[in-house]
Amino acid sequence: MQRYSFFSLALNALSGHRNWRCAWRSPQLQKRYDVVVVGAGGHGLATAYYLARRHGITNVAVLERGWLGGGNVGRNTVTVRSNYLRDESLPFFTRSVKLFEGLTRELNFNLMHSNRSMIDVVQTYGKLRDLQRRQLIMDLYDSSYERISVEELRRRVPPLTGGGQGSRLPVLAAFAHRDASVNRHDAVAWGYARAADSLGVEIHENTKVTSISRDSSGKICGVETTRGSVRAGKVAIAVSGHTTTLTETVGLKLPLRTINLSAFVSEPVKPLIDVVVNCPDVGVYFSQSDKGELVIGGATDLGQSFRRDIKQTVFEDTVCALLELFPSFRNLKLLRQWGGHVDIAHDGSPIISKTEVPGLYVTAGWWGGYKAIPAGGEGFAHLVANDEPTRLIAPFGIDRFRNLDFIFESGTTTVR
Amino acid sequence: MLEICCPFCGRRNESEFSYGGPAAMRRPERPEDLSAEDWVEYLTVPSNPLGPVLEHWWHARGCGAWITVRRDTGTHEIKPDSDDA
Repeated sequence: MQRYSFFSLALNALSGHRNWRCAWRSPQLQKRYDVVVVGAGGHGLATAYYLARRHGITNVAVLERGWLGGGNVGRNTVTVRSNYLRDESLPFFTRSVKLFEGLTRELNFNLMHSNRSMIDVVQTYGKLRDLQRRQLIMDLYDSSYERISVEELRRRVPPLTGGGQGSRLPVLAAFAHRDASVNRHDAVAWGYARAADSLGVEIHENTKVTSISRDSSGKICGVETTRGSVRAGKVAIAVSGHTTTLTETVGLKLPLRTINLSAFVSEPVKPLIDVVVNCPDVGVYFSQSDKGELVIGGATDLGQSFRRDIKQTVFEDTVCALLELFPSFRNLKLLRQWGGHVDIAHDGSPIISKTEVPGLYVTAGWWGGYKAIPAGGEGFAHLVANDEPTRLIAPFGIDRFRNLDFIFESGTTTVR
Repeated sequence: MLEICCPFCGRRNESEFSYGGPAAMRRPERPEDLSAEDWVEYLTVPSNPLGPVLEHWWHARGCGAWITVRRDTGTHEIKPDSDDA
Protein backbone atom coordinates (compact mmCIF):
# COMPACT_ATOMS: atom_id res chain seq x y z
CA MET A 1 0.00 0.00 0.00
CA GLN A 2 1.30 3.43 -0.91
CA ARG A 3 1.25 5.28 2.41
CA TYR A 4 -0.24 8.76 2.47
CA SER A 5 1.72 11.40 4.34
CA PHE A 6 2.82 15.01 4.00
CA PHE A 7 6.02 13.71 2.45
CA SER A 8 4.21 11.58 -0.18
CA LEU A 9 1.95 14.52 -0.98
CA ALA A 10 4.94 16.83 -1.49
CA LEU A 11 6.79 14.22 -3.58
CA ASN A 12 3.80 13.65 -5.85
CA ALA A 13 3.23 17.38 -6.18
CA LEU A 14 6.71 17.63 -7.73
CA SER A 15 5.68 15.18 -10.47
CA GLY A 16 2.37 16.93 -11.08
CA HIS A 17 0.34 14.25 -9.24
CA ARG A 18 0.69 11.89 -12.22
CA ASN A 19 2.27 9.02 -10.29
CA TRP A 20 -0.32 8.20 -7.60
CA ARG A 21 -1.15 4.52 -7.56
CA CYS A 22 -4.71 3.21 -7.54
CA ALA A 23 -6.03 2.92 -3.99
CA TRP A 24 -7.14 -0.66 -4.59
CA ARG A 25 -6.65 -3.29 -7.31
CA SER A 26 -9.18 -4.52 -9.87
CA PRO A 27 -8.34 -8.23 -9.87
CA GLN A 28 -9.90 -11.07 -11.87
CA LEU A 29 -12.89 -12.70 -10.22
CA GLN A 30 -11.79 -16.13 -8.97
CA LYS A 31 -13.94 -19.25 -8.78
CA ARG A 32 -13.44 -19.84 -5.05
CA TYR A 33 -12.81 -17.85 -1.87
CA ASP A 34 -12.83 -18.67 1.83
CA VAL A 35 -15.36 -15.95 2.55
CA VAL A 36 -17.64 -13.94 0.27
CA VAL A 37 -18.87 -10.64 1.69
CA VAL A 38 -21.91 -9.34 -0.21
CA GLY A 39 -22.03 -5.55 -0.35
CA ALA A 40 -19.11 -3.09 -0.56
CA GLY A 41 -20.64 -0.54 1.74
CA GLY A 42 -19.42 0.56 5.13
CA HIS A 43 -20.28 -2.63 7.00
CA GLY A 44 -19.14 -4.99 4.21
CA LEU A 45 -15.79 -3.29 3.72
CA ALA A 46 -15.16 -2.93 7.46
CA THR A 47 -15.97 -6.62 7.90
CA ALA A 48 -13.53 -7.59 5.15
CA TYR A 49 -10.84 -5.37 6.67
CA TYR A 50 -11.19 -6.81 10.18
CA LEU A 51 -11.36 -10.37 8.80
CA ALA A 52 -7.95 -9.81 7.22
CA ARG A 53 -6.41 -7.63 9.94
CA ARG A 54 -7.60 -9.33 13.12
CA HIS A 55 -8.30 -12.90 11.99
CA GLY A 56 -5.79 -13.49 9.19
CA ILE A 57 -8.51 -14.48 6.71
CA THR A 58 -7.38 -12.79 3.51
CA ASN A 59 -8.87 -15.02 0.80
CA VAL A 60 -11.97 -12.84 0.82
CA ALA A 61 -14.04 -11.33 -1.99
CA VAL A 62 -16.30 -8.35 -1.45
CA LEU A 63 -18.98 -8.39 -4.16
CA GLU A 64 -20.81 -5.16 -4.95
CA ARG A 65 -23.62 -4.79 -7.44
CA GLY A 66 -22.98 -1.09 -8.11
CA TRP A 67 -19.93 0.93 -7.25
CA LEU A 68 -17.94 0.92 -4.03
CA GLY A 69 -19.57 3.11 -1.41
CA GLY A 70 -22.59 3.94 -3.59
CA GLY A 71 -25.16 2.48 -1.21
CA ASN A 72 -26.15 3.64 2.24
CA VAL A 73 -22.58 4.55 3.23
CA GLY A 74 -22.95 7.36 0.68
CA ARG A 75 -26.61 8.06 1.54
CA ASN A 76 -26.63 9.16 5.17
CA THR A 77 -25.97 12.23 7.28
CA VAL A 78 -22.56 11.13 8.68
CA THR A 79 -23.49 11.55 12.33
CA VAL A 80 -21.47 9.43 14.76
CA ARG A 81 -22.90 9.31 18.30
CA SER A 82 -23.72 6.99 21.18
CA ASN A 83 -26.78 8.52 22.88
CA TYR A 84 -28.74 5.29 23.04
CA LEU A 85 -31.09 3.88 25.66
CA ARG A 86 -30.62 0.14 26.15
CA ASP A 87 -28.02 -1.77 28.15
CA GLU A 88 -27.28 -3.84 25.03
CA SER A 89 -26.91 -0.86 22.66
CA LEU A 90 -24.83 1.56 24.72
CA PRO A 91 -21.60 -0.48 25.10
CA PHE A 92 -21.73 -1.34 21.40
CA PHE A 93 -22.14 2.24 20.21
CA THR A 94 -19.62 3.73 22.65
CA ARG A 95 -17.16 1.16 21.24
CA SER A 96 -17.97 2.33 17.71
CA VAL A 97 -17.44 6.00 18.61
CA LYS A 98 -14.07 5.08 20.15
CA LEU A 99 -12.99 3.09 17.07
CA PHE A 100 -13.97 5.96 14.78
CA GLU A 101 -11.68 8.32 16.71
CA GLY A 102 -8.59 6.21 15.95
CA LEU A 103 -9.59 5.19 12.44
CA THR A 104 -7.82 7.91 10.44
CA ARG A 105 -4.48 6.76 11.87
CA GLU A 106 -5.26 3.03 11.64
CA LEU A 107 -6.36 3.19 7.99
CA ASN A 108 -3.81 5.87 7.00
CA PHE A 109 -6.69 7.70 5.34
CA ASN A 110 -7.93 11.13 6.41
CA LEU A 111 -11.57 10.64 7.42
CA MET A 112 -11.83 14.38 8.24
CA HIS A 113 -13.21 13.25 11.56
CA SER A 114 -14.54 16.25 13.42
CA ASN A 115 -15.65 15.92 16.99
CA ARG A 116 -18.61 18.13 17.82
CA SER A 117 -21.44 18.01 20.29
CA MET A 118 -24.90 16.90 19.38
CA ILE A 119 -27.68 18.91 20.98
CA ASP A 120 -31.17 17.49 21.40
CA VAL A 121 -33.80 20.24 21.57
CA VAL A 122 -36.73 19.32 23.82
CA GLN A 123 -40.19 20.79 23.19
CA THR A 124 -42.54 18.41 25.03
CA TYR A 125 -42.59 17.15 28.62
CA GLY A 126 -42.84 13.54 27.47
CA LYS A 127 -39.59 13.90 25.53
CA LEU A 128 -38.01 15.67 28.51
CA ARG A 129 -38.75 12.72 30.81
CA ASP A 130 -37.56 10.30 28.13
CA LEU A 131 -34.23 12.07 27.74
CA GLN A 132 -33.74 12.46 31.50
CA ARG A 133 -34.09 8.70 31.75
CA ARG A 134 -31.66 8.25 28.90
CA GLN A 135 -29.16 10.55 30.63
CA LEU A 136 -29.20 8.39 33.76
CA ILE A 137 -28.59 5.23 31.74
CA MET A 138 -25.88 6.82 29.61
CA ASP A 139 -24.08 7.92 32.76
CA LEU A 140 -23.66 4.25 33.63
CA TYR A 141 -21.94 3.56 30.31
CA ASP A 142 -19.57 6.50 30.11
CA SER A 143 -21.46 8.23 27.33
CA SER A 144 -21.83 11.94 27.95
CA TYR A 145 -25.26 13.53 28.13
CA GLU A 146 -25.93 16.69 30.07
CA ARG A 147 -28.93 18.93 30.35
CA ILE A 148 -28.39 22.54 29.34
CA SER A 149 -30.67 25.54 29.78
CA VAL A 150 -32.63 27.21 27.01
CA GLU A 151 -30.35 30.28 27.29
CA GLU A 152 -27.27 28.09 26.87
CA LEU A 153 -28.95 26.34 23.94
CA ARG A 154 -29.70 29.62 22.16
CA ARG A 155 -26.13 30.81 22.80
CA ARG A 156 -24.67 27.67 21.25
CA VAL A 157 -27.16 27.49 18.37
CA PRO A 158 -27.60 31.14 17.30
CA PRO A 159 -30.02 30.57 14.36
CA LEU A 160 -32.50 28.89 16.73
CA THR A 161 -34.83 31.87 17.06
CA GLY A 162 -38.17 30.04 16.90
CA GLY A 163 -39.78 27.99 19.64
CA GLY A 164 -40.24 30.99 22.00
CA GLN A 165 -43.02 31.56 24.51
CA GLY A 166 -46.36 31.65 22.72
CA SER A 167 -45.22 29.41 19.87
CA ARG A 168 -46.86 26.06 19.14
CA LEU A 169 -44.15 24.08 20.94
CA PRO A 170 -41.94 26.33 23.11
CA VAL A 171 -38.42 25.02 23.71
CA LEU A 172 -38.25 23.59 27.25
CA ALA A 173 -34.67 22.39 27.60
CA ALA A 174 -31.85 20.73 25.70
CA PHE A 175 -29.36 17.92 26.18
CA ALA A 176 -25.78 18.01 24.93
CA HIS A 177 -24.00 14.80 23.88
CA ARG A 178 -20.27 15.62 23.78
CA ASP A 179 -19.13 12.38 22.11
CA ALA A 180 -20.78 13.01 18.74
CA SER A 181 -18.86 13.73 15.58
CA VAL A 182 -19.17 13.96 11.83
CA ASN A 183 -16.72 12.79 9.18
CA ARG A 184 -16.44 12.12 5.48
CA HIS A 185 -18.51 9.16 4.31
CA ASP A 186 -16.54 8.49 1.11
CA ALA A 187 -13.32 8.42 3.10
CA VAL A 188 -14.74 5.76 5.44
CA ALA A 189 -15.62 3.51 2.48
CA TRP A 190 -12.42 4.22 0.58
CA GLY A 191 -10.20 3.97 3.66
CA TYR A 192 -11.54 0.55 4.61
CA ALA A 193 -11.43 -0.60 0.97
CA ARG A 194 -7.81 0.46 0.51
CA ALA A 195 -6.68 -1.06 3.80
CA ALA A 196 -8.54 -4.32 3.16
CA ASP A 197 -7.18 -4.53 -0.39
CA SER A 198 -3.61 -4.06 0.84
CA LEU A 199 -4.10 -7.10 3.10
CA GLY A 200 -5.18 -9.26 0.14
CA VAL A 201 -8.96 -8.82 0.10
CA GLU A 202 -10.44 -8.58 -3.39
CA ILE A 203 -13.15 -6.02 -4.15
CA HIS A 204 -15.34 -6.64 -7.19
CA GLU A 205 -17.69 -3.88 -8.27
CA ASN A 206 -20.49 -4.34 -10.81
CA THR A 207 -20.91 -7.90 -9.58
CA LYS A 208 -24.49 -8.37 -8.49
CA VAL A 209 -25.23 -11.36 -6.29
CA THR A 210 -28.51 -12.80 -7.56
CA SER A 211 -28.89 -15.75 -5.21
CA ILE A 212 -27.17 -17.77 -2.54
CA SER A 213 -26.36 -21.46 -3.12
CA ARG A 214 -26.60 -24.40 -0.73
CA ASP A 215 -25.12 -27.84 -1.25
CA SER A 216 -26.99 -31.13 -0.83
CA SER A 217 -26.41 -31.12 2.95
CA GLY A 218 -27.98 -27.65 3.22
CA LYS A 219 -24.71 -25.87 3.90
CA ILE A 220 -23.79 -22.66 2.11
CA CYS A 221 -21.53 -23.36 -0.88
CA GLY A 222 -21.35 -19.98 -2.62
CA VAL A 223 -23.29 -17.36 -4.52
CA GLU A 224 -24.59 -16.88 -8.03
CA THR A 225 -23.66 -13.52 -9.55
CA THR A 226 -24.18 -11.69 -12.82
CA ARG A 227 -20.57 -12.68 -13.60
CA GLY A 228 -20.98 -16.37 -12.84
CA SER A 229 -20.83 -18.66 -9.82
CA VAL A 230 -18.47 -18.00 -6.94
CA ARG A 231 -17.80 -20.80 -4.42
CA ALA A 232 -17.27 -20.07 -0.74
CA GLY A 233 -17.90 -21.93 2.50
CA LYS A 234 -18.99 -18.76 4.27
CA VAL A 235 -21.18 -15.98 2.92
CA ALA A 236 -21.57 -12.76 4.90
CA ILE A 237 -24.44 -10.49 3.87
CA ALA A 238 -24.17 -6.73 4.41
CA VAL A 239 -26.65 -5.28 1.91
CA SER A 240 -29.04 -3.13 4.02
CA GLY A 241 -32.46 -2.92 2.34
CA HIS A 242 -31.97 -5.94 0.09
CA THR A 243 -31.18 -8.36 2.94
CA THR A 244 -34.50 -10.20 2.74
CA THR A 245 -34.39 -10.24 -1.07
CA LEU A 246 -31.17 -12.26 -0.81
CA THR A 247 -31.90 -14.45 2.20
CA GLU A 248 -35.24 -15.49 0.74
CA THR A 249 -33.32 -17.20 -2.09
CA VAL A 250 -32.37 -19.84 0.52
CA GLY A 251 -35.77 -19.76 2.20
CA LEU A 252 -34.61 -17.74 5.22
CA LYS A 253 -37.20 -15.26 6.51
CA LEU A 254 -36.02 -12.39 8.67
CA PRO A 255 -38.01 -9.92 10.81
CA LEU A 256 -37.04 -6.95 8.62
CA ARG A 257 -38.96 -4.28 6.73
CA THR A 258 -37.28 -2.11 4.10
CA ILE A 259 -38.07 1.58 4.44
CA ASN A 260 -36.84 4.66 2.64
CA LEU A 261 -34.97 7.31 4.67
CA SER A 262 -34.08 10.55 2.94
CA ALA A 263 -32.00 13.68 3.48
CA PHE A 264 -31.04 16.84 1.63
CA VAL A 265 -28.46 19.64 1.70
CA SER A 266 -28.63 23.41 1.35
CA GLU A 267 -26.33 25.68 -0.60
CA PRO A 268 -23.02 26.31 1.21
CA VAL A 269 -23.04 29.23 3.64
CA LYS A 270 -20.44 30.69 6.01
CA PRO A 271 -19.79 28.88 9.32
CA LEU A 272 -23.04 29.15 11.19
CA ILE A 273 -23.28 26.27 13.56
CA ASP A 274 -20.65 23.91 15.04
CA VAL A 275 -22.88 21.28 16.62
CA VAL A 276 -25.28 18.63 15.33
CA VAL A 277 -28.78 19.88 16.17
CA ASN A 278 -31.58 17.37 16.63
CA CYS A 279 -35.19 18.44 17.17
CA PRO A 280 -37.09 15.20 17.81
CA ASP A 281 -40.40 16.82 18.74
CA VAL A 282 -40.82 18.47 15.34
CA GLY A 283 -38.85 15.83 13.42
CA VAL A 284 -35.73 17.35 11.90
CA TYR A 285 -31.98 17.31 12.51
CA PHE A 286 -29.03 18.91 10.75
CA SER A 287 -25.35 19.76 10.90
CA GLN A 288 -23.10 21.96 8.81
CA SER A 289 -20.54 20.22 6.63
CA ASP A 290 -16.97 21.39 6.12
CA LYS A 291 -18.06 22.78 2.76
CA GLY A 292 -20.66 24.93 4.52
CA GLU A 293 -23.76 23.08 3.39
CA LEU A 294 -26.44 22.30 5.93
CA VAL A 295 -27.03 18.54 5.89
CA ILE A 296 -30.69 18.05 6.86
CA GLY A 297 -32.60 14.88 7.65
CA GLY A 298 -36.09 14.00 8.77
CA ALA A 299 -38.31 11.00 9.32
CA THR A 300 -38.66 7.86 7.22
CA ASP A 301 -41.32 7.38 4.55
CA LEU A 302 -44.58 5.77 5.58
CA GLY A 303 -44.73 2.14 4.52
CA GLN A 304 -42.16 -0.11 2.89
CA SER A 305 -40.10 1.18 -0.01
CA PHE A 306 -36.97 0.27 -1.95
CA ARG A 307 -37.04 3.58 -3.83
CA ARG A 308 -33.96 5.40 -2.51
CA ASP A 309 -35.47 8.78 -3.39
CA ILE A 310 -37.24 11.54 -1.46
CA LYS A 311 -41.00 11.94 -1.25
CA GLN A 312 -42.51 15.39 -1.56
CA THR A 313 -44.57 14.85 1.63
CA VAL A 314 -41.50 13.91 3.69
CA PHE A 315 -39.53 16.79 2.21
CA GLU A 316 -42.28 19.34 2.99
CA ASP A 317 -42.79 18.05 6.53
CA THR A 318 -39.05 18.25 7.24
CA VAL A 319 -38.70 21.76 5.81
CA CYS A 320 -41.77 22.97 7.75
CA ALA A 321 -40.32 21.58 10.97
CA LEU A 322 -36.97 23.22 10.25
CA LEU A 323 -38.47 26.64 9.53
CA GLU A 324 -40.60 26.54 12.66
CA LEU A 325 -37.45 26.62 14.80
CA PHE A 326 -35.00 28.25 12.37
CA PRO A 327 -37.06 30.87 10.49
CA SER A 328 -33.99 32.54 8.96
CA PHE A 329 -33.33 29.37 6.93
CA ARG A 330 -36.25 30.25 4.64
CA ASN A 331 -33.76 32.15 2.50
CA LEU A 332 -31.60 29.06 1.93
CA LYS A 333 -31.70 27.29 -1.39
CA LEU A 334 -31.66 23.52 -1.27
CA LEU A 335 -29.24 21.83 -3.62
CA ARG A 336 -29.47 18.05 -3.53
CA GLN A 337 -31.53 15.31 -1.96
CA TRP A 338 -31.14 11.55 -1.63
CA GLY A 339 -32.65 8.50 -0.02
CA GLY A 340 -31.41 5.15 1.17
CA HIS A 341 -33.32 1.97 1.89
CA VAL A 342 -32.85 0.91 5.49
CA ASP A 343 -34.05 -2.42 6.78
CA ILE A 344 -35.71 -2.07 10.14
CA ALA A 345 -36.00 -5.04 12.46
CA HIS A 346 -39.12 -5.73 14.47
CA ASP A 347 -37.60 -4.18 17.62
CA GLY A 348 -35.58 -1.41 15.95
CA SER A 349 -32.22 -2.93 16.91
CA PRO A 350 -29.66 -4.42 14.53
CA ILE A 351 -29.21 -8.10 13.71
CA ILE A 352 -25.60 -9.37 13.60
CA SER A 353 -25.98 -13.07 13.59
CA LYS A 354 -25.42 -16.56 12.37
CA THR A 355 -28.49 -18.00 10.71
CA GLU A 356 -30.19 -21.38 10.62
CA VAL A 357 -28.39 -21.96 7.30
CA PRO A 358 -24.85 -23.18 8.14
CA GLY A 359 -22.26 -20.81 6.67
CA LEU A 360 -24.64 -17.88 6.17
CA TYR A 361 -24.10 -14.76 8.30
CA VAL A 362 -26.18 -11.59 8.29
CA THR A 363 -25.56 -8.04 9.45
CA ALA A 364 -28.78 -6.09 8.97
CA GLY A 365 -31.33 -3.85 10.61
CA TRP A 366 -28.91 -0.93 10.57
CA TRP A 367 -31.37 1.87 10.90
CA GLY A 368 -28.80 4.62 11.27
CA GLY A 369 -25.90 2.26 10.74
CA TYR A 370 -23.23 4.73 9.68
CA LYS A 371 -22.09 5.30 13.26
CA ALA A 372 -21.90 1.54 13.75
CA ILE A 373 -19.54 0.76 10.86
CA PRO A 374 -16.31 0.13 12.86
CA ALA A 375 -17.86 -1.80 15.75
CA GLY A 376 -20.31 -3.57 13.44
CA GLY A 377 -17.52 -4.66 11.10
CA GLU A 378 -15.30 -5.67 14.02
CA GLY A 379 -18.02 -7.78 15.62
CA PHE A 380 -19.28 -9.29 12.38
CA ALA A 381 -15.75 -10.27 11.29
CA HIS A 382 -15.23 -12.03 14.63
CA LEU A 383 -18.52 -13.87 14.18
CA VAL A 384 -17.69 -14.97 10.62
CA ALA A 385 -14.15 -16.04 11.57
CA ASN A 386 -14.94 -17.91 14.80
CA ASP A 387 -18.62 -18.79 14.47
CA GLU A 388 -19.07 -17.17 17.89
CA PRO A 389 -20.19 -13.61 18.59
CA THR A 390 -18.21 -11.18 20.71
CA ARG A 391 -19.67 -10.05 24.01
CA LEU A 392 -20.72 -6.73 22.40
CA ILE A 393 -22.73 -8.23 19.54
CA ALA A 394 -24.04 -11.31 21.33
CA PRO A 395 -27.35 -9.60 22.29
CA PHE A 396 -28.07 -8.84 18.62
CA GLY A 397 -28.51 -12.42 17.41
CA ILE A 398 -31.59 -13.61 15.51
CA ASP A 399 -32.46 -15.90 18.42
CA ARG A 400 -33.71 -12.95 20.41
CA PHE A 401 -36.89 -12.91 18.35
CA ARG A 402 -37.55 -16.59 18.96
CA ASN A 403 -37.19 -15.98 22.70
CA LEU A 404 -39.22 -12.73 22.53
CA ASP A 405 -36.12 -11.09 23.98
CA PHE A 406 -36.61 -7.84 22.07
CA ILE A 407 -34.28 -4.85 22.40
CA PHE A 408 -36.73 -2.03 21.75
CA GLU A 409 -34.45 0.88 21.02
CA SER A 410 -35.78 4.41 20.83
CA GLY A 411 -32.34 5.90 20.18
CA THR A 412 -31.94 4.28 16.79
CA THR A 413 -32.75 7.14 14.44
CA THR A 414 -31.77 10.67 15.08
CA VAL A 415 -35.37 11.83 14.81
CA ARG A 416 -37.17 9.57 17.20
CA MET B 1 -46.27 12.07 -3.41
CA LEU B 2 -48.56 9.08 -3.74
CA GLU B 3 -52.03 9.45 -5.15
CA ILE B 4 -54.32 7.05 -3.38
CA CYS B 5 -57.73 6.24 -4.75
CA CYS B 6 -60.42 6.47 -2.06
CA PRO B 7 -63.65 4.67 -3.04
CA PHE B 8 -65.70 7.64 -1.79
CA CYS B 9 -63.53 10.67 -2.62
CA GLY B 10 -61.60 9.54 -5.72
CA ARG B 11 -57.87 10.13 -6.23
CA ARG B 12 -56.42 12.11 -3.34
CA ASN B 13 -52.94 13.14 -2.21
CA GLU B 14 -51.04 10.93 0.20
CA SER B 15 -50.87 13.83 2.69
CA GLU B 16 -54.57 13.29 3.45
CA PHE B 17 -53.89 9.71 4.55
CA SER B 18 -52.31 8.00 7.53
CA TYR B 19 -50.42 4.76 6.99
CA GLY B 20 -52.14 1.79 8.59
CA GLY B 21 -49.55 -0.94 8.30
CA PRO B 22 -49.29 -4.08 6.19
CA ALA B 23 -52.60 -5.73 5.29
CA ALA B 24 -51.58 -9.18 4.22
CA MET B 25 -50.99 -10.56 7.71
CA ARG B 26 -53.91 -12.72 8.73
CA ARG B 27 -54.16 -13.76 12.35
CA PRO B 28 -54.10 -17.57 12.49
CA GLU B 29 -57.55 -19.02 13.12
CA ARG B 30 -56.35 -21.23 15.97
CA PRO B 31 -53.15 -19.79 17.51
CA GLU B 32 -53.11 -22.54 20.13
CA ASP B 33 -52.45 -25.09 17.36
CA LEU B 34 -49.36 -23.27 16.14
CA SER B 35 -45.81 -24.16 17.14
CA ALA B 36 -43.88 -21.50 19.06
CA GLU B 37 -41.71 -20.84 15.98
CA ASP B 38 -44.72 -20.28 13.72
CA TRP B 39 -46.36 -17.98 16.23
CA VAL B 40 -43.20 -15.88 16.63
CA GLU B 41 -42.90 -15.74 12.87
CA TYR B 42 -46.47 -14.45 12.60
CA LEU B 43 -45.71 -11.82 15.26
CA THR B 44 -42.37 -10.56 13.97
CA VAL B 45 -41.75 -11.43 10.31
CA PRO B 46 -43.52 -9.18 7.80
CA SER B 47 -43.68 -9.79 4.09
CA ASN B 48 -40.92 -7.59 2.62
CA PRO B 49 -41.09 -7.98 -1.15
CA LEU B 50 -39.36 -5.86 -3.76
CA GLY B 51 -42.65 -5.62 -5.62
CA PRO B 52 -46.35 -5.40 -4.77
CA VAL B 53 -47.31 -5.24 -1.10
CA LEU B 54 -50.78 -4.98 0.45
CA GLU B 55 -51.26 -2.21 2.97
CA HIS B 56 -53.93 -0.29 4.87
CA TRP B 57 -54.31 3.46 4.55
CA TRP B 58 -56.69 5.60 6.60
CA HIS B 59 -58.25 8.61 4.90
CA ALA B 60 -57.84 10.52 8.16
CA ARG B 61 -57.96 14.04 6.73
CA GLY B 62 -60.79 13.11 4.36
CA CYS B 63 -63.82 10.88 4.71
CA GLY B 64 -62.31 8.64 7.40
CA ALA B 65 -62.49 5.41 5.38
CA TRP B 66 -59.99 2.58 5.88
CA ILE B 67 -58.89 1.22 2.53
CA THR B 68 -56.57 -1.52 1.29
CA VAL B 69 -54.22 -0.79 -1.57
CA ARG B 70 -51.68 -2.83 -3.48
CA ARG B 71 -48.54 -0.70 -3.87
CA ASP B 72 -45.28 -1.63 -5.53
CA THR B 73 -42.32 -1.04 -3.16
CA GLY B 74 -39.99 -0.54 -6.12
CA THR B 75 -42.07 1.86 -8.25
CA HIS B 76 -44.79 3.21 -5.89
CA GLU B 77 -47.35 2.16 -8.51
CA ILE B 78 -50.72 1.69 -6.82
CA LYS B 79 -53.30 -0.75 -8.05
CA PRO B 80 -56.73 -1.07 -6.44
CA ASP B 81 -57.03 -4.28 -4.53
CA SER B 82 -60.05 -6.29 -5.53
CA ASP B 83 -59.65 -9.56 -3.65
CA ASP B 84 -58.64 -8.20 -0.22
CA ALA B 85 -60.57 -4.94 0.17
